[in-house]
Order: sequence, then C-alpha cells, then structure tokens
Amino acid sequence: MNQIASLTIEQVQAGLAARQFSAVELAQSALEFAQAENPKTNAYLHFCPERALAAAERVDKKLAAGENAGPLAGVPIAVKDVIVTQGVRTTCGSRLLEHYIPPYNATAITRLEQAGAVILGKTNCDEFAMGSSNENSAFGPVRNPVALDRVPGGSSGGSAAAVAQGTAVAALGSDTGGSVRQPASFCGVVGVTPTYGRVSRYGLVAFASSLDHIGPFGRTVRDAALLLETMAGRDECDATSAFAPVPSFTKQLDGEVSGTRIGLPREYFEGLASESGDRIRHAVALLEKLGCEVRDISLPATKYAVPCYYIIATAEASSNLARYDGVRYTTRANEDTLSGMYRATRGQGFGAECKRRIMLGTYVLSHGYYDAYYLKAQKVRALIAEDFRRAFTQVDAIVAPVSPSPAFKIGEKVDDPLEMYLSDIYTITGDLAGIPCMSVPCGKTSEGLPVGMQILTRHFDETGMFRLADAFEKAGGFAGSN
Amino acid sequence: MKITESRVRDVADLANLNLTDAEIARLAKDMDEILTHMDALNELDTSTVEPMAQVLYQSEETATLRPDEIIPPIGIEAALANAPLAGAGYYKVPKVIER
Repeated sequence: MNQIASLTIEQVQAGLAARQFSAVELAQSALEFAQAENPKTNAYLHFCPERALAAAERVDKKLAAGENAGPLAGVPIAVKDVIVTQGVRTTCGSRLLEHYIPPYNATAITRLEQAGAVILGKTNCDEFAMGSSNENSAFGPVRNPVALDRVPGGSSGGSAAAVAQGTAVAALGSDTGGSVRQPASFCGVVGVTPTYGRVSRYGLVAFASSLDHIGPFGRTVRDAALLLETMAGRDECDATSAFAPVPSFTKQLDGEVSGTRIGLPREYFEGLASESGDRIRHAVALLEKLGCEVRDISLPATKYAVPCYYIIATAEASSNLARYDGVRYTTRANEDTLSGMYRATRGQGFGAECKRRIMLGTYVLSHGYYDAYYLKAQKVRALIAEDFRRAFTQVDAIVAPVSPSPAFKIGEKVDDPLEMYLSDIYTITGDLAGIPCMSVPCGKTSEGLPVGMQILTRHFDETGMFRLADAFEKAGGFAGSN
Repeated sequence: MKITESRVRDVADLANLNLTDAEIARLAKDMDEILTHMDALNELDTSTVEPMAQVLYQSEETATLRPDEIIPPIGIEAALANAPLAGAGYYKVPKVIER
C-alpha cells in the first residue's frame, strides 16, 4: 500500500471517510514506505513512529465515535528539523544539537496535531537553516528525488524532497531568505512563505528573527493553503505573531481570477536562465488566458537585495547562535575555563557555513562597522519594502521566477559562498518586505528539472495569492506549460 | 583587502569561536569577497530613509500585553534535561571566579 506516494489531503480524507483505510493503517504504510525510500534521498533525519501511530489512533477513535477528527485527520506529514517537537530529537542539521530533545512543542506543531495531522519524522536541512542547497547539513546532503545527482534546494531541502518523493503528503519548512520557495521550485512541489507574523514562531529555532517564517509544502495549492490556515493566527507565546484574523483560504479557491492585475518586475527577468524564463513566460500567458491583466513593473532596489539581506540575516544570526555555548544544549567541549569551553564547543560544533555567517554578522555589528553595514542595510531594507508598497498600488499580485536556474549539481557551488548567496536574489526580497509569497510548479526544463513560478501579494493577502496559484493549477499550469 | 587574517582573529575572539589556521585563511578570503560585494549598498543615497528593523503592522500599543497571570513553568527537571552537566538544580560550568 504505497498510496501515500501520490495522495493529496482531500484523498486522505475521502479514503478515511469511505473506510478504504484507517488512519493507523495509513500511518503504518506511510512509515514503512518512507523508511524504505529514505536512503535514496536522505530527506528524513529520523522518524517518530510511536508519536505517529498514537496520533493516528486518536484520529481512528474519533472517527469511530462519529466525531470530527479535524481538517488534517490522519494526514502524514514531515517536519523540518528546526521546529521543535516535544520528546522527539530536533537537531537543526547540526552536530551541536545532535542529542537535543526539546521539552515542548512549537505552536505550529500543536495546532497541526490538534487538527489530526500525523507527524512521521523530522527532515534534513542546512545547519540552522543556513544554505540554499541542503549541503550544509552535518548529517549529509539531501538528493533531489527528481534528479538524484542534484541538490533539492535549501534550506528546507528535506521537506521539499519528502513531498516530491512521496514519503509525506505535506510538510513544514522554514523560510528566512527563500528556504521554502526555492526547494519547492527545485523539487516541483508547492511551497508557501506566509506574511511575516502570520504563523507563530514559538518553537522555531531562531536564525534571523526579523525574517524567519514557518511555511508549508504540499502537492497541491489547496493542501498547502489548508496547512497554513490550520496553523496561522495569533499566539500569545510569540509577541511578533499577528492579530489579523485568518480567513479560510481553501473556501475561496473558486478558480475565478479574471481582472486580477499582475505585475512582472523587469529586474527579476535579467540574468535568468533561458529555459526557466521560457517556462515563466508560458505560465504568464496562461494567466492572461484566464483573464488576468499583465503589465511590466519595476522594483528598482532589487539589485541591492543580496547585500542587504546577507548583512541583516548574518547580524541577527550571530546574535541568535550565541546561545550555543556549551552551557545548556547537550554538547560541550571539555575545557578548564568558561571562556575556553565556549570557544571550543562552538569551534568544534558549528559547520563551515554557520561559522562564516557568525563571523560576517559579528563583523557588521562590531564597533566602527555597525553604521556602515548594519544600519545601512536596514535603510536599504526600507527601500525594498517601499518598492513593493508602491507596486501594489498598481497591481494585485507580482509574478516572478523563484531562482535564477533550476536545481544544480551536488557540489557545484559548494566552494563559492558568494555565488551561492547570489542565487537567492529573487526570494530574499519577499522576506525583507514581509509579504506573502509562494512557489508553484510551472513546468520542467528539457532535462526534466522542475521550474517554479513565484507569486507575491500584499501583506495578509494570502487569499489572493492562493486563488491565483490554484486557478493556474486547475487550468493545467503545473504540467500544461511543459 | 578589506579583511586581514589578523582582523579575522579579532572577530573570532568577539564571537567566542575557536578557528583553525586553515579556517582563518579561508574566512579571510571569503569575507573579503562578500564584504566587497556588500559595498554596493554605498551607491544608494539613504540619508533621508528611516531604518527598518522589523516588519510592523498597525495595532494598538498595548496589543501584545496579556493579563499578569502565573502560568506553570516548565519545571527544573525538564529545563535541565538537555544540560551537558547539571547539579543541585543548576547548570554547571567550569569555575568562573579565578583563583
């Protein structure tokens, strides 16, 4: 029963309702299949069968009693290993947290499990979510299920790969500079970064707090929207979570997008690989056929986004990662002095990319450089946000590429950190502005590599974003532009 | 060169981070390249721009305040469960006060 490999959430619900399988049967077969398939991609770091089966049993009991088992009843999901799960190891892809067992659940996890979701295990990622290829994991890279010699993208590479490989129906990731959308585009699944503050970050291990988001992956737009509406909303445990009411996104997916004004930012089409550009242009043509009005727009500060982002993100990271000093979190180097213990623990525990970012962040915050780098970057961030504000007075949505190229080969960029950073150009702007954005598959290159189209909308307009993506999907956009 | 190996050592000291000589040499090269790229920001005149530290939305000033009620804490045992070394209800660290 390898049905999990292609199921959508709707099909899980239909199967449970028709008694084709029980939640426990589905969880068991999903775990078996995922564990058997995992060596191909290394998408999961560890599984939590006891927790999964207990959750599935709760769903079956409710169903047997005729109760509502929740919108995600029995749905097998995977969770990026930077989101804490009580009693289940959470490593952040780092040697430093190899043995860390969190004493609490992230709010997103609590809400998904209350809705009936069944967590199968924790997925691989770049160490502390820092990377664009999943090659920075201390536990080995993830291979892209579509092309095993290529990266799945990063940092949420394991979650994207699990959904693409069929070893989870949906998954959670985190996005600070594109870490949900870019792997979604590389693996050919849907990936969503909601409005900043939409989903509580309580229990998301912090990387860059002014940019961090939790976001869902799904095989369909509806699945991703359902996960988001289930976990979104104000949480007292995260003061930055937004009070804005959460509408039902899934109830508004009626395929009607006629008259939607779409902007194509010209800065996002310069330097784009030609085949990726072709796929996006085909996708835009399909949106026009659906009645959307397409126009060119300009987001002039775009060219400054990479330096702006890598100053702010590394500065915040250097501060957030200061807590891994050997005192509280499981791993400690044996040294005689306190300061020696801090330094040795961190020197032995962090991988090369984390060290690079801690060093850059410490440098840009250090005396004499703060104004020139950090303060300057915060001002440029304001310009990038203003670009979007102005654009959204003329258009309802922005359509753009997700990444300059499709999935690259494992090892191809690993020795050139600047080249790797530059590949984040199209995704980091959405995080800097805090607006909702997502990647939807829009076809494949001649080599069979998936290409993602990015849709960005105004703050808290996930509804408009999902409606557009869903209409595109229903019109055959995922495969149709091939 | 914006960054010398000696500057890398100073920053590593600030960051409480032990680095090997090979790591220092590599970081000097990488940081130099990345910081040079970051200088592109100086092309922009931002003299009239307010810095943006956070994505903010309209809400009441006291919106994030909650009633001052005691909520049961996580408990010492759970809090210390991940400690590399604990004792008498505390985290233990190497001796801090120098003899």
